[in-house]
Amino acid sequence: MDNQTVLAALRDNVGKEILAVNEFRGDLSVTLTPAGYLAAAQFLRDDPELAYTFLENLCGVDYLGRKPRFEVVAHLTSMRHRHRVCLKVGCDEPNPTVPSLTPLFPTANYQERETFDLLGIHFAGHPSLTRILLPDDWVGHPLRKDHPLGDEEVAFSFNQDRIYARKPFARE
Amino acid sequence: MAEPITVPTPQQIIEPAVAGRTETMVLNMGPHHPSTHGVLRLVLELDGEVVVNVAPDVGYLHTGIEKTMESKTYQKAVVLTDRMDYLAPLSNNLCYALAVEKLLGVEIPERAQIARVLLTELQRISSHLVWLGTHALDLAAMSVFLYAFREREQILDIFELVSGARMMTSYFRIGGLAYDLPADFIPTVEQFLAIMPSRIDEYEDLLTANPLWLERTVGVGVIDAQSAIALGLTGANLRATGVAYDVRKAMPYSGYETYSFEIPIGKNGDIYDRYRVRIAEMRQSVKIVQQATERLRELGPGPVVTSDRKVAPPPKREITESMESLIHHFKLWTEGFKPPRGDAYVSIESPRGILGCYVVSDGSPKPWRVHFRAPSFINLQSLAHMAKGRMVADLVALIASLDPVLGEVDR
Repeated sequence: MDNQTVLAALRDNVGKEILAVNEFRGDLSVTLTPAGYLAAAQFLRDDPELAYTFLENLCGVDYLGRKPRFEVVAHLTSMRHRHRVCLKVGCDEPNPTVPSLTPLFPTANYQERETFDLLGIHFAGHPSLTRILLPDDWVGHPLRKDHPLGDEEVAFSFNQDRIYARKPFARE
Repeated sequence: MAEPITVPTPQQIIEPAVAGRTETMVLNMGPHHPSTHGVLRLVLELDGEVVVNVAPDVGYLHTGIEKTMESKTYQKAVVLTDRMDYLAPLSNNLCYALAVEKLLGVEIPERAQIARVLLTELQRISSHLVWLGTHALDLAAMSVFLYAFREREQILDIFELVSGARMMTSYFRIGGLAYDLPADFIPTVEQFLAIMPSRIDEYEDLLTANPLWLERTVGVGVIDAQSAIALGLTGANLRATGVAYDVRKAMPYSGYETYSFEIPIGKNGDIYDRYRVRIAEMRQSVKIVQQATERLRELGPGPVVTSDRKVAPPPKREITESMESLIHHFKLWTEGFKPPRGDAYVSIESPRGILGCYVVSDGSPKPWRVHFRAPSFINLQSLAHMAKGRMVADLVALIASLDPVLGEVDR
């Protein structure tokens, strides 16, 4: 399996939805519309010739200052052909939303929750999109570029009363 | 597939119980529980002693490594990777270095490549030894732990010899190694290689045919190949189901294609098969280390960092003679190097599964975004699928057999 074969197959099936194609250091990445992203993932998984049944990686990137601002990146691997394809989909504020891959690949569950937690990207169709790494009452999405580093003040015994006073801790 | 695979959240288990809609009992296991291998909290839904549902609650060790890396130069961010999977820091170093090297498109000298393979395989053995020791300890076989840590100590001594640190090595840098291997490196590794195969036999004598061990592991925590792939299970856990997928063979990196080794696979996908696969992997790693040691000896001394002066600083003596070298040195230490715009994804076979690193460069000396595909994190998703209908005691064995490292889960 090589990049051109996969790309030709994708063009045949979801050609209208492809926004950009990029090859960098031998890796193929295809940018699609939200509808095309889901259709391409389904096609790559279900096509018996291609068999990209393994969703290896899914993450989000915040390109602050670019349109669209956010990008979700999914790496699909075909274990049979030992080949990897990268699918990208953009989404923008105020409600960045992309279709969820969890119904197709259960492994996307945690990875999409992590992306939602840290970047604030919503995944439509995810069965349980909640925070995973940060506490449930956390405010903001720290991996966003407009979230400053060091924003979270570290509590020591001399200043903990002041810091805890303005924290929305879950109290029962 | 009979029923769709679901990955429950803690809230989905807690809420119906609090509202009094269930007959089952909800029990908290962890985060301070010795058999959860770190600060992993499990919310269990129990019917008597049978697990009806289980949801891992992670994030207690979240330190924002991915965010912090965005504010460091590429080379300085290497030290943060050590702190993710603290049982296999060299694998993390390698994955990150490979991803940035892919962005840069640099060539790595032969000696550095061999050293990388050699040390990551030693790392695999040492990581599997911790898994073996703690796994056996969880199932009340105390002595294995002591034997396993005896050999692990020897491996850590080798790491200390090359990098000065037992665990937080930061030895693989972008462009090659931090510094050359010491003179007594090869004899020390050979000393270790001479004893290791017989030591693996010792562990097997204690466990492989042990009726107590078999009773706790055979047929427990079974997962089939199709579900394992759907849930993203990788590493020895996947290979125990009979899928011979190993990144070292499938998409070789660092010259793995030139070494002769086999991929051990299991059949039933239960805890016992995972045990057999990891034990066999240790033997294969010994084989790879043997080949790498021979190659290092044949190759003799040579450079261990790339000759690309835009990436790696020139040797010290050149700085006193050449103006250009001085400028390179100055630029690298004050500013760092600037990879071209683009993104790169690299995955390697870490002891826990497929460790991936996705790096985005905006052309500045600091990474725009670094993301790690953490195998421990993704493997944990399959816990509920495997634990349903089993006893709580089996769950303990199951967690140990998945071999999660919580530092990597939470990053």
